[in-house]
Amino acid sequence: MDGPSLPAALGAVIRRDLLLAMRRKSDVLTTLFFFIIVVSLFPLGVGPEMAMLRQIAPGVLWVAALLATMLSLNRLFAADHADGTLEQMALSAVPLGVLVTGKVIAHWLLSGLPLALLAPVLGLQFDLAAGSLAVLVVSLLIGTPVLSLIGAVGAALTLGVRGGGVLVSLLVLPLYVPVLIFGAGAVEADLTGLGATAHLSLLAAFLALAAFFGPWATTVALRIALE
Amino acid sequence: MNWGSASEFFAMGGHALYVWGSYGACALLMAVEPILARKRRSQALIELKRELRANQDSQDETTS
Amino acid sequence: MNNRIINWFKFASPQTFYPLAGKMIPWFWALTALFGIAGLYIGFFVAPTDAQQGEGYRIIFIHVPASWMSMFIYLVMAFWAALGLGFNTRLSGMMASALAPTGALMAFLSLWTGALWGKPMWGTWWVWDARLTSELILFFLYIGFIALQSAIDDPRRADKAGAVLALVGVVNIPIIYFSVKWWNTLHQGASVSLTRSPSMAQTMLWGMLLMALAFWMYSIAVSLARVRAIILERERHAGWVADLEEVRS
Repeated sequence: MDGPSLPAALGAVIRRDLLLAMRRKSDVLTTLFFFIIVVSLFPLGVGPEMAMLRQIAPGVLWVAALLATMLSLNRLFAADHADGTLEQMALSAVPLGVLVTGKVIAHWLLSGLPLALLAPVLGLQFDLAAGSLAVLVVSLLIGTPVLSLIGAVGAALTLGVRGGGVLVSLLVLPLYVPVLIFGAGAVEADLTGLGATAHLSLLAAFLALAAFFGPWATTVALRIALE
Repeated sequence: MNWGSASEFFAMGGHALYVWGSYGACALLMAVEPILARKRRSQALIELKRELRANQDSQDETTS
Repeated sequence: MNNRIINWFKFASPQTFYPLAGKMIPWFWALTALFGIAGLYIGFFVAPTDAQQGEGYRIIFIHVPASWMSMFIYLVMAFWAALGLGFNTRLSGMMASALAPTGALMAFLSLWTGALWGKPMWGTWWVWDARLTSELILFFLYIGFIALQSAIDDPRRADKAGAVLALVGVVNIPIIYFSVKWWNTLHQGASVSLTRSPSMAQTMLWGMLLMALAFWMYSIAVSLARVRAIILERERHAGWVADLEEVRS
């Protein structure tokens, strides 16, 4: 084995992407502020009645998280594609799937994780109780990695394609439906006193499925884009 | 036989709008789609012929 | 035995498939007309008026076949996509992109007829029912496939990228369907179940099956016509295209 070991390569990719993101903090902050603004717009649109806000809170927070994740998908591969790094990665001794997994993990650390940590603050605006806030955070922690994994496939497919930014939303949003249903459903189930365990375990099942198939499909899509 | 007269048939027991709206849209789209497919093929044929003729002309010029 | 396998691969080349498709298309149109007329006859003249739903239920004779076809065409599309990715055959990608518009049309018809059926039965044009909602998402998946393919200029890359998307979609469709169903039962939404009506008689089933066959034959005929157009567009520079009768004349 002449290349680095797989965990080391994975760690290196994650560290590199995080470092690059730290140099350009505005990208990460834009996504977060988009999330905050979209969520804050809803009470202005539907009115300030707390009972109604509490009812729509899970859906609003989850849809906003979906859109925010989607917005950040473009930068997943675009910069590396433009400067040729991606081609080097495809040629390296480490399997491309491992590098892709590393990039997806870095993407989640920069988009999904901050969203999940920020969500309870926004949930307070919607008068969610502490228990529901906890469920919201957990559902986002399990659900947003799925969004990053599915989104990576879309980002790889639209790499270098004209109109890629809008196109990726067309491809990816329909595939986000199950995550949205069970993510928002978990919070809602907690609100109505049903208990969110079933929803959260199904979300975890999606995560396992996406973690298995996602990087593989992304790798195939990237190789097609690089041909 | 369900219908006493033609007008009864077209009235569809008061559901004419819904029944004929469905069947009408279906018939229209299924008539348009094959026409579009045929048009696409004849367009491809026209372009092919134009290209071939252009190639032939350039060949004729070089031989003459 | 060996001979047969070779024959199959022979038909996978656009050059042999193009005239073959041309010969098959009229037959499929004839079958469409045959099944369509029989199905419409049963649907309108043999099947009795429904006790609960009156004449409005006659929409099922196109609603259900359109829904079936929209799902079936996606599966067939994914099958061609997988074949194209696996064996790198040129024809597979062309078949997949020829099928997509017909599938989208079927999904649209299913939504349209579902809405027109819901209005007299529930008083609203749209119900967030599990079937209609998943049909809507299926329609979005078709639109995504078509949009992706038309955004990519290189046909080979368009085929392969579309294939990956179709396969990702086909893995997701059952998951989407079951999550939408779960969501629907949780919210106790209305259910536009046409087929579950207790008065579903034998004749209705026959009418529906005949119409489904008609829709199936229609889909084959129209997608073969489209694949012929696509073959001409893509194989423009191949020698055999120049020798075609319709090109020389």
